[in-house]
Amino acid sequence: MFEIRCFEEKVYDLYGRNLVPGTIHLYAGQEAVAVGVCANLGRDDYITSTHRGHGHCIAKGARLDKIMAEILGKKTGYCKGKGGSMHIADFNVGMLGATAVVGAGIPIAAGAGLSIKLRRTAQVVACFFGEGASNQGTFHEGINMASTWALPVLFVCENNLYAMGTRQSRVMNIANVADRAAAYGIPGKAVDGNDVLAVYEVARGAVGRARRGEGPTLIECKTYRQKGHSRFDPATYRPEDEVKRWLEKDPIQRLKTRLLKDNVLTEQKAKEIEDAIAAEVEKAVEFAEKSPYPEPEEALEDVYA
Amino acid sequence: MRKVSYRDALREALQEEMAKDSSVFIIGEDVGRYWQGAFKVTKGLAKKFGDERVRDTPISESAIIGVAVGAAITGMRPVAEIMFGDLSTLAMDQIANQAAKLRYMFGGQIKVPLVIRMPFGAGVNVAAHHSQSLEAWFTHVPGLKVAVPSTPYDAKGLLKAAIRDDNPVMFFEHKLLYPIEGPLPEEEYTVPLGLADIKKQGKDVTIVATLYMVHKALAAAEELSKQGVDVEVIDPRTLVPLDKKTITESVKKTGRIVIVTEDCKTGGVSAEMAAMVAEEALDYLDAPIKRVAEPDTPIPFSPSLEQFVLPDEERIIKAVEEII
Repeated sequence: MFEIRCFEEKVYDLYGRNLVPGTIHLYAGQEAVAVGVCANLGRDDYITSTHRGHGHCIAKGARLDKIMAEILGKKTGYCKGKGGSMHIADFNVGMLGATAVVGAGIPIAAGAGLSIKLRRTAQVVACFFGEGASNQGTFHEGINMASTWALPVLFVCENNLYAMGTRQSRVMNIANVADRAAAYGIPGKAVDGNDVLAVYEVARGAVGRARRGEGPTLIECKTYRQKGHSRFDPATYRPEDEVKRWLEKDPIQRLKTRLLKDNVLTEQKAKEIEDAIAAEVEKAVEFAEKSPYPEPEEALEDVYA
Repeated sequence: MRKVSYRDALREALQEEMAKDSSVFIIGEDVGRYWQGAFKVTKGLAKKFGDERVRDTPISESAIIGVAVGAAITGMRPVAEIMFGDLSTLAMDQIANQAAKLRYMFGGQIKVPLVIRMPFGAGVNVAAHHSQSLEAWFTHVPGLKVAVPSTPYDAKGLLKAAIRDDNPVMFFEHKLLYPIEGPLPEEEYTVPLGLADIKKQGKDVTIVATLYMVHKALAAAEELSKQGVDVEVIDPRTLVPLDKKTITESVKKTGRIVIVTEDCKTGGVSAEMAAMVAEEALDYLDAPIKRVAEPDTPIPFSPSLEQFVLPDEERIIKAVEEII
């Protein structure tokens, strides 16, 4: 979680220094979701991701340097500079890529689940999307198929309360996305998405169910993005006290406090871990900054196989 | 050589590729053992290969293609059926933004071996939601290939090649072609994507036609031969990739070209071909490029209305006569 946070803070900093082309959607604040879910997955298992996907990549084991290089538009990035922040993929670690069309990854994840079923392997798929995506038709179509065919998929809704600037209560007549699971005859679990241990436990149950061939689960993780929707969004539509409340529920601080209290971690050990991670992130930045941009003509490659 | 219908030729292609490669499977609405395909192309396949590999779906075009994309990027080779090409609109994000672009966006990390079969086209009085010719839309999306077979031989050979291709292939089957019979070899063959076929040789004028219009063009050519006009009929067989060479070489020989397609004229398949000929063979033209296409209306229901908007032999002959 700290690795994701540290990485995202660095991206924010680089963006401010005009080193990142385009836009960015930071995962800061939602780390417990990606980490809690992916801690249950093996390298062969799959995930699908979204425009806010850096955290998913890191949690699934993708390399920091190649993610950073991609964000900076470099040739050494995961997608050779063709995808950028919103389209990072690493098929070597089962990261099936981030799609920036809201909700589009849901049927694709179901398709990976069908592939697993047809190939008769023991893999599972975790499909990340936001509460905004749960209002798309793809949510209904994808989960309906996955439940009908008992596909091994975890549908992980990261409910961060806002679809860009639109608060959930303005566009949905229910408080819990998890309640929608009833429409598909599958379990729907709402969990504190800022509590990594709680997310881990719920995901563990869903992974077990999927591996046993019992079908998908809809998991709703209640969380909050600590920054705006994208880099230029000051997020003034969010009440100050709401932001303050959620910052107090910071998932990293909560875990750290608990580990210190339980004597699993010491302040000194925590600092060592944090320093080591910060150094790793610095190395990733150095790699990305030193890497060349792609040759312009490379724009013509990779259209067809 | 044995005579086989377009429909049965397609089925042979599916059957052979499924028998050869266990990663090939069929997914779509009513393709399975109960209905066996709205146009019976998948008849008997569920019985032969099982319900898992000939998979009926809910009415969810977006998810049919999305699921096929997810399967394609994880080791399978799905053949998805959209019951009517008109309904591809419902799956457009998955086709145009996902299937077509994932390989590129991800820097070539993956392949998307996917075939999307679509019965389509007018002439059976089913009005504006079941009759459109939308091929041109998909030619405008880099990453997609577009196959447009007009004969049983081409249908089988192209479908087998499309299933083996590592890219998403939009496969257009004009519904009036299904019963048409033609010679089909016993031995295995494929037709490569990107190779046009000269359906009739001639020296006076080139007609480029696609799909059902190939047959209209051949009938027109026969009629014109009685007047002493020797028509060459070229079927591109795929729109992406387009065999520019065969078309331009024919134009260089005849100096005249008429392009005949069933889709709407504006921004249509014929527009792209006309532009290509103008760019690459303008100096060889002895007359303006002519196009015979649908006159930019939705397809109407009533037979007299529908026949009025569809290109026919008479209009093709008239177009040829105007430039001879």
